[in-house]
Amino acid sequence: MTSENLPDKAAEAGQERLSEQIARTGMFGTQTTGDTSGYGGLRVRRAPVPSSPRPYGSYFDEVADRLAGGMGREGPGFDEAIERVIVDRGELTLHVRREHLPAVAKVLRDEPSLAFELCLGVSGVHYPWEAGRELHAVYALLSITHNRRLRLEVSAPDADPHVPSLVDTYPTCDWHERETWDFFGLIFDGHPALTRIEMPDDWKGHPGRKDYPLGGIPVEYRGAHVPPPEDRRAYQ
Amino acid sequence: MGLEEKLPSGILLTTVEKVAGYARKSSVWPATFGLACCAIELMSTGGPRHDLARFGMERASNTPRQADLMIVAGRVSQKMAPVLRQIYDQMADPKWVISMGVCASSGGMFNNYAIVQGVDHIVPVDIYLPGCPPRPEMLLDSIVKLHDKIQNMKLGANREAEIEELEQARLRRLPLVVDAGPAPGPVLAQPAPDQLSQHGQQPRQPGQVPAEQAQPVHANREAGSRE
Repeated sequence: MTSENLPDKAAEAGQERLSEQIARTGMFGTQTTGDTSGYGGLRVRRAPVPSSPRPYGSYFDEVADRLAGGMGREGPGFDEAIERVIVDRGELTLHVRREHLPAVAKVLRDEPSLAFELCLGVSGVHYPWEAGRELHAVYALLSITHNRRLRLEVSAPDADPHVPSLVDTYPTCDWHERETWDFFGLIFDGHPALTRIEMPDDWKGHPGRKDYPLGGIPVEYRGAHVPPPEDRRAYQ
Repeated sequence: MGLEEKLPSGILLTTVEKVAGYARKSSVWPATFGLACCAIELMSTGGPRHDLARFGMERASNTPRQADLMIVAGRVSQKMAPVLRQIYDQMADPKWVISMGVCASSGGMFNNYAIVQGVDHIVPVDIYLPGCPPRPEMLLDSIVKLHDKIQNMKLGANREAEIEELEQARLRRLPLVVDAGPAPGPVLAQPAPDQLSQHGQQPRQPGQVPAEQAQPVHANREAGSRE
């Protein structure tokens, strides 16, 4: 029996789970009529936000130590800058507090023992249910020198969608940040020219967000209409 | 009978329209507008196996100024629409358009905010080619059909009269759907329970048209309030 499946640990995890918000009720997510499946009382809660304890395994501990060393010499410390470390499916993700993102990226690039030379781009994610941290930006980094991969993640509230730009450290982020702004409305402070890149210049809204309407037109067949996707009956 | 009887051998009589049509259809230069996966089939059509060159089309024009035919191969996004229209405007008359694949013809599976629901919203289309994507043989067939259309195209005042006649025919055409707007709710997604019991709960075959829908549209107009 390892320490992770001790009864009190399991009970703690269960209690943590019970405090999460409800994502779905019932078996099929029906809203209009009664749920006759017998699962009407089911409450499906959101998974708690995970955080991995040390040791992380693989090269992840070394990366974290070197980053802490580099951060300790100048700028904010590791614990101040890194909100959470997640190791899942053999991949390392560092959740960075958004104000410290440029400092973290600079250390990751310039420290010889880290040497993450390549930023593979910025991906936007929208979690409408995470109050205060709805918008995420995810950076995939690659160290060609050491053949290591690392993921940075920052979050910003929908009310204040500002994230510092990484163009100064990784110039390849230029168009990726424009794309993330275009689709998710994340404003990258310090970007040289944050304009739309995928959608037309005069487009309204940011279509990557979950609450953006899908649009579409009713399709006519001989004798019948098929409504646009959002107006059709949904099976969950 | 007429003049033909008195002609010496080796002389054929024809009309200017037929000569012009024959010349035009024999060397159509396509301005390919590859936008998505249909463009792969389009390239394959130009390759040695299917050999577009058999129809005098071996030169895919990379400048719209020297192109006669625009093959819109793939989905047209809202952002690409003005570009496509500009390419079309730069082509010299006479010009033709093939809408290749369901996405270019009607938006296809992309019924959303980003995709133009049919390239005929932007440019006049001569041939709609269905398929997702269509095989090169289907594209060749559509080109052959377009050749027939070009061969029989009228000129001058006759052409204008033809366009007017086509327009009138379109205006007279009966609508696909009889009722005014989209039906509330998913009417056709699933047959209603009473319909199920009428048909003995047998699954309907895809090609089989139910008896009450097989009648022509104009006869259906009285029964249009059924929904």
